Amino acid sequence: MDKIQIENMNLHYGDFHALHDINLGIQEKQITAFIGPSGCGKSTLLRSLNRMNDLVEGCKITGDILLDGEDIYKGCDVNLLRKRVGMVFQKPNPFPMSIYDNIAYGPRTHGVKSRARLDGIVERSLRQAAIWEEAKDCLKKSALSMSGGQQQRLCIARALAAEPDVLLMDEPTSALDPISTAKIEDLVLELKKDYTIVMVTHNMQQATRVSDKTAFFLLGEIVEYNDTETLFSVPSDKRTEDYITGRFG
Amino acid sequence: MRNRFDMQLRQLDCELIQLGAMIEHAIAGAAKALLECDAEKAHEVAGLDDGIDQKERDIERLCLKLLLQQQPVARDLRQISAALKMITDMERIGDQAADIAEIAVMLAGRGEPLLGSAHIGDMARATIRMVSDSVDAFVKKDLELTRAVVRYDDVVDDLFDEVKNDLIRFIAQNSACGEQAIDFLMVAKYFERIGDHATNIAEWVEFSITGQHKDETE
Repeated sequence: MDKIQIENMNLHYGDFHALHDINLGIQEKQITAFIGPSGCGKSTLLRSLNRMNDLVEGCKITGDILLDGEDIYKGCDVNLLRKRVGMVFQKPNPFPMSIYDNIAYGPRTHGVKSRARLDGIVERSLRQAAIWEEAKDCLKKSALSMSGGQQQRLCIARALAAEPDVLLMDEPTSALDPISTAKIEDLVLELKKDYTIVMVTHNMQQATRVSDKTAFFLLGEIVEYNDTETLFSVPSDKRTEDYITGRFG
Repeated sequence: MRNRFDMQLRQLDCELIQLGAMIEHAIAGAAKALLECDAEKAHEVAGLDDGIDQKERDIERLCLKLLLQQQPVARDLRQISAALKMITDMERIGDQAADIAEIAVMLAGRGEPLLGSAHIGDMARATIRMVSDSVDAFVKKDLELTRAVVRYDDVVDDLFDEVKNDLIRFIAQNSACGEQAIDFLMVAKYFERIGDHATNIAEWVEFSITGQHKDETE
């Protein structure tokens, strides 16, 4: 069974029909990339997977999004959903507090008070996000003093602290230099062992380097969804071919 | 929006057409030198090999530049990677034409009357056609033509058998012509190998069009 199953999903922002009849199965412990030109709906779909569009006025969603077989839009606690489905954004957005408190913030809001337990969560999360060695001696320092690449790994660590099943990443490296980008890509490949990852990216080479499956979006529709290697070497739809080869977009 | 890349891909096509024409010219020249005992022509053909090698290196450099600069995907990636594979076979064809020319020089030097297997000329024409069609198929992205080239290799293989039979007959009739018969057998083998290289080229053309190489379809 797919980790996330999207069935006949449509999304409207007021009168604007942003996503059309989306049907997609996202496999467990795999990296799925969403690609497509700006405004094609890929980030909209990503945000729907942990109900972040609930906050957008006039947003209406029909169809089903099932996480482990349960519909996330019917009788589901949004806070628990977001604990299970973490999100990392394009720009690193650490809280203006210490590195330690950034990671401990989520677990504290979920009721973890024991210092020893919080210490354990902070270390595990930072290790998983491959930033423990750089951060272990300055946990009390402000997260804002870190470099952009470190901040983004800290944000990934913060998402991991909630022990999610799924990690959503919206262009996680577009604001980073090539070295930080390579670190995040290595990290994502490492995290695949334990997490299901869905990533929006404008970087085709990144999609080919890290993802197992790729979905190509255009004008609110999924044009093609296939194994990444197949989609980038022998795409079946001419629109996919034209987009990935730079003939439009 | 990708004018420069398209221009570079057209340049790649042009360079391949030029290399194709060079090796066709080399095969035809080698066959002519051989069958007409023309040592001068044979030397000229042997001299073409340096130009063919240089063209191979130029195309290789262009392909590597495109891989580096454009990071191609889909049909662009297939076109460039197929070109990289094709030029290796094309360069080998050039070597074999030069090998035939060397034998032509030797035969011309001996001044013996030729055994005259008509099938050698047929092999030369057949292999030139295979090379020409495979390059045409690449440029025109003509799947049918690539498959026709692959099928046509059977004609070259059959001609090789015919030449072998001719030569066995010649040796049986006149044991003194053994050395020349062996030279002709080598020439026939070179033509047969040229047919195999042309088949490889056609198979890479098919990959560039469909994404499937023979190993995956067999």
